[in-house]
Amino acid sequence: MSVALLFAVSGLTSVGIYLITARSLSRIVLGFSLLGHAAVLALLAAGGPAGDAPLADHASIESSANPLPQALSLTAIVISFGLTLFLLALARRQHVLTGDDLVEDDIEDQRIAHLEEVELGSEHDLSDKELDGEDADS
Amino acid sequence: MSTLIALIIVGPLLASAIGLVCGSRQRLRDVVTVGALAGATAMAAWLLAEVERNGTVVLRVGGWDPELGVVLVADLFAALILVVALATILVVEVYAIGQRFTAWGANPQLAGPLLLVLTTGVSLAILTGDLFTLFVGFELILVSSYVLLTHQGRRGQIRAGMTYVVMNLFASTLFLFGVAYIYAATGTVNMAYLAERVPELDQGARLGIGLWFLVVFGTKAAIFPLFSWLPDSYPTAPTTITAVFAGLLTKIGVYVIIRFHTLTGMEDLGPVILVVAGVTMLVGVAGALAQGDVKRILSFHIVSQIGYMLMGLGLFSVAGVAGAVLFLVHQIPIKTVLFLVGGLIEEETGTSSLDKAGGLVATAPFVALLFALPALSLAGLPPFSGFVAKLALVDAGISEVATPIVVVSLVASIFTLLSMAKIWLGVFWGSPREDTKPAPTAAHVGGHRLMMSSTALAVAGTLVIAVLAGPLWRMSERAATDLLSPEVYVEQVLQ
Repeated sequence: MSVALLFAVSGLTSVGIYLITARSLSRIVLGFSLLGHAAVLALLAAGGPAGDAPLADHASIESSANPLPQALSLTAIVISFGLTLFLLALARRQHVLTGDDLVEDDIEDQRIAHLEEVELGSEHDLSDKELDGEDADS
Repeated sequence: MSTLIALIIVGPLLASAIGLVCGSRQRLRDVVTVGALAGATAMAAWLLAEVERNGTVVLRVGGWDPELGVVLVADLFAALILVVALATILVVEVYAIGQRFTAWGANPQLAGPLLLVLTTGVSLAILTGDLFTLFVGFELILVSSYVLLTHQGRRGQIRAGMTYVVMNLFASTLFLFGVAYIYAATGTVNMAYLAERVPELDQGARLGIGLWFLVVFGTKAAIFPLFSWLPDSYPTAPTTITAVFAGLLTKIGVYVIIRFHTLTGMEDLGPVILVVAGVTMLVGVAGALAQGDVKRILSFHIVSQIGYMLMGLGLFSVAGVAGAVLFLVHQIPIKTVLFLVGGLIEEETGTSSLDKAGGLVATAPFVALLFALPALSLAGLPPFSGFVAKLALVDAGISEVATPIVVVSLVASIFTLLSMAKIWLGVFWGSPREDTKPAPTAAHVGGHRLMMSSTALAVAGTLVIAVLAGPLWRMSERAATDLLSPEVYVEQVLQ
């Protein structure tokens, strides 16, 4: 197994994980692109040593690279390409609705945060709109 | 016979393409969608009968050797779940046609074709004989679910959709890494070869693979502690979409966990799975008790019920796994039906919030009946299907002397009943509030009738499961026996 591939996989994974812990969806998109590359490289590394292009009349079975992981990688790349676009579309929609592309807290977290505020004596009343924003807007 | 397998997978996909080019010809699209789903269900039933009589059906796609190509395998477990899953989707589609005349309907131009893509993904994930096709099947399910969840573009949907997509995308990436690990360790992604080679690996690598895929499939199945995305995102989608998600997506995750972990002989992980199962039951049901909205309560129950199926698997005995299979068969329709009734409640009262609705027993007694039957079944009261499935699991637990998990499962059942009573008190008793109900139109009334009758049909279906409990149990037992002796599967696929 190639050491260079190994380093590339670990580098891409760590940067990717760091990016997807961000709040803004555009960073998360970048993170997932990197993670996708890392996974594809890991698949390639799993396929054994490098070799000639695995074409039927150009290489012998002994000298050619393992074609199976390459086929799997291609499928994975296509899927991750489509999903990146979908995530960008989501980010765009969120931008239209709220003016930013931040991933918001879920309803349970919002409720707990609100309870804390109430205990601290803050007066502001939690309207339906804040809690179940599903019905109130659109 | 193996042509059936190909038709079940390709048919809905073709119908989806036709549905997309139908444009504004809604009637035609409905006919194509319902026709494709009904056809697929009928073929799945035929396949089940065939598998029951003559044993596993294997399709080598393109005639390739299993070492190189894709194999699709319909054994008893796969065929059984496939029939239940496809029939459930069919009922939901009929309901969706009725619901589009109301304010809560999904966009029909997209929902039908996407539901068919999802159906293809479900069939592929159930029937596949190799890990990478499983990945593709999951992606088909997930991509269509992303769009179905967010296609109306409301604020709550986008908010929940972002969490949902990011969580599932992360799990998919982990899946891909897992495929790389398992390929590096064994040199194959075919499940039959994996069943031979994974047990030969040394202890560390084997358990690593088992745990890794427990996390991957567990995120899809929403087990503790990987479930937090589910109760947040599911209630935001249109009812029909939530109903399909609730009935199928998590259950496919469980199906795959059962398939993978029995096939690769992960008995050592039994205790871990049992602990996870117990915590999943309790946390899910506790979350449900704290909610004040019908759909959110039901969403937390999805999580809680996943625990029961894992409990059956964690015992790694024939009785336990058979209990899990039976529970899966009971859970797919029951969860869907409850969400469909949730949609009817919204339809009748204009809200799904417990505080705002009330008095449905007086204004819509039939809806109350449609809720009461599956709710009692979910809680596991006799004589419903939930009772049969839970009895099987508890019985298996007792015979394996796994007392803690049995106690936990019974406690969780009581709390389930409690939270169903909470919905009943909030929505069906009390004084009716007619002011929130929108004025009905003629199309509205017809659509409403369709929603009612499809829900009633599905409720009747869940009752049939209880009536057929004997034959179903024997079938589950046979499926479990096969699952726990992987050499049967290996022989059938590689012969």
